Amino acid sequence: MKKKTLIIALAVLAAVAVAAVVLILNRGGEKKPTGQVVNVYNWYDYMDEEVFDLFEEETGIHVNKMYFTTNEDMMVQVRVSPGAYDLVFPSDYCVERMISENMLAEINFDNVPNFSNVSKDLVNPDYDPENKYSVPFMWGTVGILYNTTMVDEPVDSWGILWDEKYADNIIMLDSIRDTMGVALKYLGYSMNTREVSELKAATDKLIEQKPLVKAYYVDETKDKMVAGEAALAVVYSGDALYAIEKNEDLAYVVPKEGSNVWIDPMVIPATAKNKENAEKLIDFLCRPDIAKKNCEYIWYSSPNAAAIELMGEDYTENATINPSEEVIANCEFFHDIPDNFLTIYNSFWSQVKNAR
Amino acid sequence: MKTIKRIYLGLILLFLYIPIAVLIIQSFNAGESRAKWEGFSFIWYGKLFEDPNIMNALWITVSIAVLAALFSTILGTLAAIGIHAMRKRPQALMLTLNNIPMTMPDIVTGISLMLLFIFTKVERGYVTMLLAHITFDVPYVILSVMPKLQQMNKNSYEAALDLGATPMYALFHVILPEVMPGVITGAMLAFTLSLDDFTISYFTTSPLVQNLSTLIYSQARKGIKPTMNALSALMFVVLLVLLLLVNKRTDKQEQ
Amino acid sequence: MTDFHVPVWGYWMMGLGFAAFVALLISYIHKNRGFRRPIFASPYVLWIIVFTVIPCLLVAYFSFTDPQGNFTFDNFKNFWDSNFNARKAMDPELIRQYEDMGLTLNDLGLSRDSINIDTLVFSLWMAFLCTVICLLLGYPAAHIMADREFKLGPTLVILFIVPMWMNFLLRTIAMMSLLEDNGLINSVLEMIGVGRQKLLNNLAAVQLGMVYNFLPFMVFPIYNVLNKMDYKLSEAAMDLGCDKWQTFYKVTLPLSVPGVVSGITMVFMPAVTTFYISRLLGGGKVQLFGDLIEAKFLSTSLNEWNVGSALSLIMMILILASLGLLRKVDPEGEGGGIV
Repeated sequence: MKKKTLIIALAVLAAVAVAAVVLILNRGGEKKPTGQVVNVYNWYDYMDEEVFDLFEEETGIHVNKMYFTTNEDMMVQVRVSPGAYDLVFPSDYCVERMISENMLAEINFDNVPNFSNVSKDLVNPDYDPENKYSVPFMWGTVGILYNTTMVDEPVDSWGILWDEKYADNIIMLDSIRDTMGVALKYLGYSMNTREVSELKAATDKLIEQKPLVKAYYVDETKDKMVAGEAALAVVYSGDALYAIEKNEDLAYVVPKEGSNVWIDPMVIPATAKNKENAEKLIDFLCRPDIAKKNCEYIWYSSPNAAAIELMGEDYTENATINPSEEVIANCEFFHDIPDNFLTIYNSFWSQVKNAR
Repeated sequence: MKTIKRIYLGLILLFLYIPIAVLIIQSFNAGESRAKWEGFSFIWYGKLFEDPNIMNALWITVSIAVLAALFSTILGTLAAIGIHAMRKRPQALMLTLNNIPMTMPDIVTGISLMLLFIFTKVERGYVTMLLAHITFDVPYVILSVMPKLQQMNKNSYEAALDLGATPMYALFHVILPEVMPGVITGAMLAFTLSLDDFTISYFTTSPLVQNLSTLIYSQARKGIKPTMNALSALMFVVLLVLLLLVNKRTDKQEQ
Repeated sequence: MTDFHVPVWGYWMMGLGFAAFVALLISYIHKNRGFRRPIFASPYVLWIIVFTVIPCLLVAYFSFTDPQGNFTFDNFKNFWDSNFNARKAMDPELIRQYEDMGLTLNDLGLSRDSINIDTLVFSLWMAFLCTVICLLLGYPAAHIMADREFKLGPTLVILFIVPMWMNFLLRTIAMMSLLEDNGLINSVLEMIGVGRQKLLNNLAAVQLGMVYNFLPFMVFPIYNVLNKMDYKLSEAAMDLGCDKWQTFYKVTLPLSVPGVVSGITMVFMPAVTTFYISRLLGGGKVQLFGDLIEAKFLSTSLNEWNVGSALSLIMMILILASLGLLRKVDPEGEGGGIV
């Protein structure tokens, strides 16, 4: 019986020892005092990470990589951990909010000479009208991904999502702005409307559609479409490219009523501790060869005109990644919605999600 | 009757294990997509060991799970013994408080703990994640140990004291042996919950210290890589074998 | 709050402090004959104050304040009427303009709506169903495994928990791919001539996912109690002329109540706040209360945190009160104060 006590005592000791070791290792890992660093907060797998190695080779600046799951999580983390992040990759509408909350630092564009490579169309975007805080990293559209073996007719309008022929064969985005945006566009309104009556009309339209909808997904949609689980789905162009690559029967279209065009920019939080290093990294990412490398890795639309030139026909001939100017002209950026109006938006979305 | 019983158990276990089997099979798929079978291959297992992110997250996950299980088992078992002997009112209060972490949605627990760490200016990281894990593990340990205590003869502890045992001796030699199965169950539940937690970990650590769950969830946007399936399959098999071995040995010892 | 952080030695001091507290306690326990067992709970009392009570107070604080920190009941009014805050956000002038156009609040879809309450009731129903199913499936399983003649029992019971060592998200996705239209189950169904069925994106699929996830929490406590039960009691009952069912009904079942109560608690409470399962297996077409709360906390606007806090506070009080009621109904309780 003595033995049991001994064993327990040993176990506790061992645990304390492990804890101590972990603590030391852990703190050693967090505080890398050696030389220059830049703390990057990005979506997972949204960058060819070899690029970071190249960057470190050239500049000696070490890149600490951190990942977030959603824009909302990212906002929470940046708010509560000032100083932890030097370079962040939010979506456009978040940038607008971060600017309005003074969360971002103005970028010193003298340190970013490669900014001249960015397509002129994407400079001074709606979310950052004077282009003081952000540099575009990737961009894309929202549209319909459809399976050509299940859809015979030409797809060119959001209206097909309300066609009873495709009951239980439609996947919508489980995302308030995107899905309300689809209904608003279909009804001929702006995606950024502040008219309650228009929102109400869109809500009714979505509730009317709900019996036809197979599911509301975000991340799962692409795999479902690859597997042929649905005929039509509303997706981001990046996901569409991923799916088309895996299943040749799929095709992507931006409907004629217009849609959303989005940009994922790079920004520097106001509290960043290594602002100059972050600027160096932004400049590096805007270099044509590096932008090309990234674009070929994640295969989203590139904002970098010089990189597009390097990529040639592979890029320009692909209508999903490189939509025509008419299509783009038809599309809108999302604007941030102020908090009190967002409450109204949330109420309507909640009505859609809870309609039985 | 006996066969019916076995078939029943078999069916329930089948229900629990089919998704696991699917996961393991997918980890051998040469292609990246969940939907299409592109041939048998070990490539994802190879890629697994080359990825420093994954290896680092693995170490953090397992060490946190072990430590959290250990501390919460000690804390929880002692607490259960104490609470069991309390008078009615304080007992009711303690049990209600103990139920709170289970009733709060994970995200609320996670965010409220995050706020606690921010207000007290404790830097979030490995240690805070461990503290959070212990917090949500303990109630399960207590709920596993409690029924055993109730089954026990209420007077044996006092009898031991009357016979001259110190409280410590009575604890280790009278109470603990009786409730041991509950303690082991509690430890297993704690380990499991800790291994599986995403939400609370996410909000109580800094993004520099990632565990496997947070890594998997952050992959969701671009599609979860089969390397994660490979890792899960590997962890699953290793832990299962370890467990069965330990179990077998204790069985033998008992005989 | 940027540069304030706990120094390395701070962690050591805190650890040492806690260790010293425990050591002191142990030495006290060791020496003191007249020592009462409740002292054993004191480290956890300390723990629960810091890591449960204080965070709970934070939640309560949020639920009674607006984003500016002023005291308000609006978050609770919003629970009663899910459009309350939306109406409040609308400029009265604007409402008048719409009324001039002949559009009432009702036409605008902003009159009183009971979405939050309906969702809560629905979640309680789903959790109740899940608990009942887990009990019906789990009790016999635990009973079979606890049978002394069943040598494999102790090994098999462990197998109930092992599936959870795989990541929850991966497991749920695997479950989803099983139930898909072109999934494994449907392929089998087609092969045996039943034909393809719609298995996914309905309530049954959500319920299946919940049972799958929570079953071990029911089996374990029941198994534990049954396993430790004095088998001579049931033998005695048999000797006294009880048949199998009577023995079970009169001896085994009453004695296993503590385990059952533990199991119900461990299944029901987390089940009410389930989220994600409904999104993946229900296709996001139905929201449970957990989804609702999560959505509030993951909104880009911090305003929603207050509403989310109020929702979780209401739910917490509701569940704890109902468990308390159970204790009142059954004071000495075979449940004996577990709940």
